[in-house]
Amino acid sequence: MEILEKSAIEVKNVSMMFNLSKDKVSGLKEYIVKSLKRQLFYEKFWALRDISFDVKRGEVFGIMGLNGAGKSTLLKLIAGVFKPTSGSITVRGEISPLLELGAGFDVEVSARENIYMNGAMYGHSKKYMAQKYDEIIDFAELWEFEDVALKNFSSGMVARLGFAVATSVKPDILIVDEILGVGDYKFMAKCIERIEGMISGGTTALMVTHDIELIKRMCSRAILLERGKVICGGDMKDVVAVYGDPGVCAGLEAGADDSQAKLS
Amino acid sequence: MMLTKKRVALFAIILTAAYFLAFSMLPESIIGDRRGDDAKTAAQDPADPQSPDYTDAQSTGAPQTIIEKLTAFALFSSKIAFLAVAAAIGTIAFLLLIFKRKYVKAQIFTFNRYKQYLILLVKRDFVSRYRKSILGVLWSVLNPLLTMLIMTAVFSYLFRVQIENFPVYYLSGIIMYNFLNEATTLAMSSIIQSEGVIKKIYVPKYVFPASRVISSLVNLGFSFIAFLIVFVFTGVEFQWTMLLFPIPMIYLFVFTLGVAMFMSSMAVFFRDLTYLYGVFLTLWMFLTPIMYPMDILPPWLVPLYGFNPLYHFVTYFRNLALWGTIPDLWANMVCISFSLVSLSVGAYTFMRKQDRYILYL
Repeated sequence: MEILEKSAIEVKNVSMMFNLSKDKVSGLKEYIVKSLKRQLFYEKFWALRDISFDVKRGEVFGIMGLNGAGKSTLLKLIAGVFKPTSGSITVRGEISPLLELGAGFDVEVSARENIYMNGAMYGHSKKYMAQKYDEIIDFAELWEFEDVALKNFSSGMVARLGFAVATSVKPDILIVDEILGVGDYKFMAKCIERIEGMISGGTTALMVTHDIELIKRMCSRAILLERGKVICGGDMKDVVAVYGDPGVCAGLEAGADDSQAKLS
Repeated sequence: MMLTKKRVALFAIILTAAYFLAFSMLPESIIGDRRGDDAKTAAQDPADPQSPDYTDAQSTGAPQTIIEKLTAFALFSSKIAFLAVAAAIGTIAFLLLIFKRKYVKAQIFTFNRYKQYLILLVKRDFVSRYRKSILGVLWSVLNPLLTMLIMTAVFSYLFRVQIENFPVYYLSGIIMYNFLNEATTLAMSSIIQSEGVIKKIYVPKYVFPASRVISSLVNLGFSFIAFLIVFVFTGVEFQWTMLLFPIPMIYLFVFTLGVAMFMSSMAVFFRDLTYLYGVFLTLWMFLTPIMYPMDILPPWLVPLYGFNPLYHFVTYFRNLALWGTIPDLWANMVCISFSLVSLSVGAYTFMRKQDRYILYL
């Protein structure tokens, strides 16, 4: 019983720092010259600062915030793409990260090869993918295009394929990052249906979306990020109220513009 | 008894020491030590092949009958296997000393999980190379074969070199060098090229350099087939010791894997290294006796070649393929040490730096 009550995701005092000017030094000579001249000052940019929250098993958890607030960085940290600068993240269970549809696809090869390749990237065996193959093609509705190179696909088709592969396995934790804006309304409804099916099957979900209606419908709790800090967290209704409050939003925008400028 | 890190390491060190001690106490049974009479008679033989570059190595005196040869093989193979086991335990112990046990366990677990990805990456490297060519995969044998034929023609008619079987001498060296060259060069850019995946999905980063080294190994296999064809056509006497060829190739593979991991992680932080390394590789080729014999070197330079790992691997292979001798324990220990030091340094650097790659891509 004790194990069941442990949270699915525990995020403790997580901070993430990027060195903005480091990008400019990419050569050995430049590096030596600059370090001799003591010009290696990095502009520290804290994408996330001291974030703590936990997501319970079977819960649907929303992450809200304006562009540049650090939502995607946070999800990437949880998915293991980044390592936090400080703090710790504990994830209990198998993650299916829907960070970006079609991530890791090779446009030069066919849909079939990409399905196996992408499955392998998520750590699935060949046998397992062979079993799931028909289901994936069915869901993506790409029967005629199995052996067509991906470069000839429309972006909607790629997104459909990406979603189908990433959700072919029933994960313990599902990470959804603003991906539901792709594809036509019919496919979107299908995606949401599948996600809801997983959630009702006991999958923990972490969602980022700007669609407040979707958050209201699906999430039970949420946090609101602003410039890398949690400004409000807890019950979904409270957070949505803060997010929707025009006064707060105006304040947010000023900050968000600032941090966005830094990111680009 | 608890299996702690220190105990495992201690156990490995004792085992390795005991093993080497046992080896040194039984010199007579080692095939490389058949000096004595055989060597003297062979030295008078005018058809004596080029003497190998190792001073310790047995240049002549191969066993007489096939049965003797086979027993020698069996003995030698079992010794090498034992040596390899001891070395593997030593390496694991070394890694356990540096990293936490939990971490090593986790790495092994991820390897199993992402094995399929590694296989597919190798396949893709291979398929994409000859895509849309009519002869397809046939090129992987044809390509080295044609190059080799040209080199053979050039060295047989245009440049007369005072080495017996020069084409084979040259090719045995160049296929090994080409493997090292190709594997490390491709691996260096592998992390940078895989940016799209690394930034979006969690995958263990070592699959990228490792896949390049493995696909180069497949190419080495094809070059080896081409090498055998040339071998037959030039009418060089076949040596039974040739069958032991996987041993130097494994040494070379492990060594290259280490270099590839080291260079690929360094290249992320300093892109200039890619170019610098290309120059270094050319230098490396000329510092290895690939197209010249060791005899032409001034005597003071010869000991310095001992520091060149590739020299040892190439000489090992030539001993087997051309001169029909099995390198002795010392030669094996030199090769194994170079391989394992390279792999340890490479793996250590890679693991230490891998979390920061994404910030520099």
